[in-house]
Amino acid sequence: MEQFFQQLTNGLAVGSIYALIALGYTMVYGVLRLINFAHGDLFTYGAYLGMTLLTSFLLHDHLGLALGLVVLAVMVMGLVAVIGVILERAAYRPLRESPRLSAVVSALGASIFLQNALMLVYGARYQVYPDILPQTTVSLLGQQVPVMRIAVVLVSVTIMAALYLFVQKTKVGTAIRAAAIDQGAARLMGIDVNKVVTIVFVIGPALGGGAGLLVGLYYGQISFTMGWIYGMKAFTAAILGGIGNIPGAMVGGLLLGVVEALGAAYVSFAWKDAFAFLVLILILIVRPSGLLGERVAEKI
Amino acid sequence: MAARTTTRLAIGYALAVAFIAAAPLFLDAYWLDVLNSVGLYVLLALSLNLILGDAGLFNMGHAAFYAVGAYTTAILSTRFQIPILWTLPASAVVAALFATLVARPVVHLRGDYLLVVTIGLGEIVRIALVNDVFGLTGGANGIFGIARPTVFGLKIRRPHEFLYLIWAFVAVTVLLFHRLEQSRFGRALNYLREDPVAAEGSGVNTARYRLLAFALGAAWAGMTGTLYAAKMTIISPESFGFWESVVLFLMVILGGSGSIPGVILGATLVVVLPEVFRGFASARMLVFGLVMMVMMVVRPQGLLAFRILRFKESDVRRAGASQ
Repeated sequence: MEQFFQQLTNGLAVGSIYALIALGYTMVYGVLRLINFAHGDLFTYGAYLGMTLLTSFLLHDHLGLALGLVVLAVMVMGLVAVIGVILERAAYRPLRESPRLSAVVSALGASIFLQNALMLVYGARYQVYPDILPQTTVSLLGQQVPVMRIAVVLVSVTIMAALYLFVQKTKVGTAIRAAAIDQGAARLMGIDVNKVVTIVFVIGPALGGGAGLLVGLYYGQISFTMGWIYGMKAFTAAILGGIGNIPGAMVGGLLLGVVEALGAAYVSFAWKDAFAFLVLILILIVRPSGLLGERVAEKI
Repeated sequence: MAARTTTRLAIGYALAVAFIAAAPLFLDAYWLDVLNSVGLYVLLALSLNLILGDAGLFNMGHAAFYAVGAYTTAILSTRFQIPILWTLPASAVVAALFATLVARPVVHLRGDYLLVVTIGLGEIVRIALVNDVFGLTGGANGIFGIARPTVFGLKIRRPHEFLYLIWAFVAVTVLLFHRLEQSRFGRALNYLREDPVAAEGSGVNTARYRLLAFALGAAWAGMTGTLYAAKMTIISPESFGFWESVVLFLMVILGGSGSIPGVILGATLVVVLPEVFRGFASARMLVFGLVMMVMMVVRPQGLLAFRILRFKESDVRRAGASQ
């Protein structure tokens, strides 16, 4: 029972990180019908930039832990958003009208480029975050749970709820939803689709970069290739929940995190990474529109 | 027009054959080995080209079929002492069956979904190999002590001996695949790549042809796996990872998807250029990524683009005569 509870909360923490990254995939796919293969690498950039800013400015010493981390998070998310916008301009915008395959290859090229640029700057070895977070545990339903694990879940869920409200309630959010449904009609209604794409490439990478910072703080160890596996799993989460669907990414991420944690604990740890891929293949065969997926215009 | 391209192609192939045949005279063992890798990658890229280029199915897990072939040979060779070249058909059959089995439920998926699923399949195969599935694959260390091939009593061991074995197989493959391109099967694949709905409407059984493309491509990748296992004598899961599939994908796309000379050129450049620029080892992947992005904007059809087949005057006359 104790192991089950620990694995469950662990799965929720990992899952909320997957969900944060998945939002980037799902929003870009929603508007551009493009799998942004470089998104996982933007996540890695968040983790590395977070480490550099953390160790060079020591904000948590000057401003106190909570405020220091908030300022750090804003800086990291802003910088990764800038990289995201540049990425869209350089690698995707020139190919907007090209066949799908060209955009996919360009996305892969961007991913390889970003990953190797990071390796040239930081070196190929693992990097370690400084230990600044409290290691305390709190009692939850009679079990001891690390306070950070709860914090990761709470932070992610808050961000996602804010995003959901933004997309549902604001004018910009409405424009994003309109462009996702039909770009041509949205343009006729006076929506600047290019601007919508830029906004999507601000929000998605910012959330992905934030997730990278969370992973660095929570696990302490980062590597320049970690974006690939996190990216694939987050993409699985996005498909699981229904790609293009924001609450879907949330549900898919949490579900995938829990399935993976429980699978690793009770079935086989060595096959941990295979579970996500198995889930991905099964969902695409059985229900390609995902759990919360709405209409699928095209047969896939 | 068509005749001129055919002549040019024939001259190109003749020069390539002359170069390969004479290579041991002026290249040292290291560069002969590079040439051997080029041969293996040309085979793999051509096999992927059947799936990705001709049928237009985004397969980014091709290394899995390669792995199945290599492991089939390794297991048959080390456990049952079967001579290497006798395992070629076994590798082909096992890889083709495996491909049919795994592609069957996913082959109808649209472009980029298929891409992601095949990435997943490739990763599952790699993880299975690392976890020593069925106790046969030797786990992360792989399998070692694979025997050397023997041709007409001659044991093939040195790089220049492998050169002739591998490139003979390449020559046969290129010849067969050119014939295949012109066949009913090849044209059906091209048709369903251009427009699956119209192809289905004209009586092309799209699901069946897609599966056949997968099976045939996998069979060829499997046989290349046999040659690879024979050349290395040691195989391990890390040779068949995601990166391997990406490189194969790029060879096809950069060279010219659907064009046999294009894919050969793509494979050659992707293997040889990093060897030439060994001095810039750390930055070369960076450049590689950049080239991919620029290529898609400047020349998305690849270096030597696929040419649409046209009927020659003589074909029309022959068709008229036979009626």
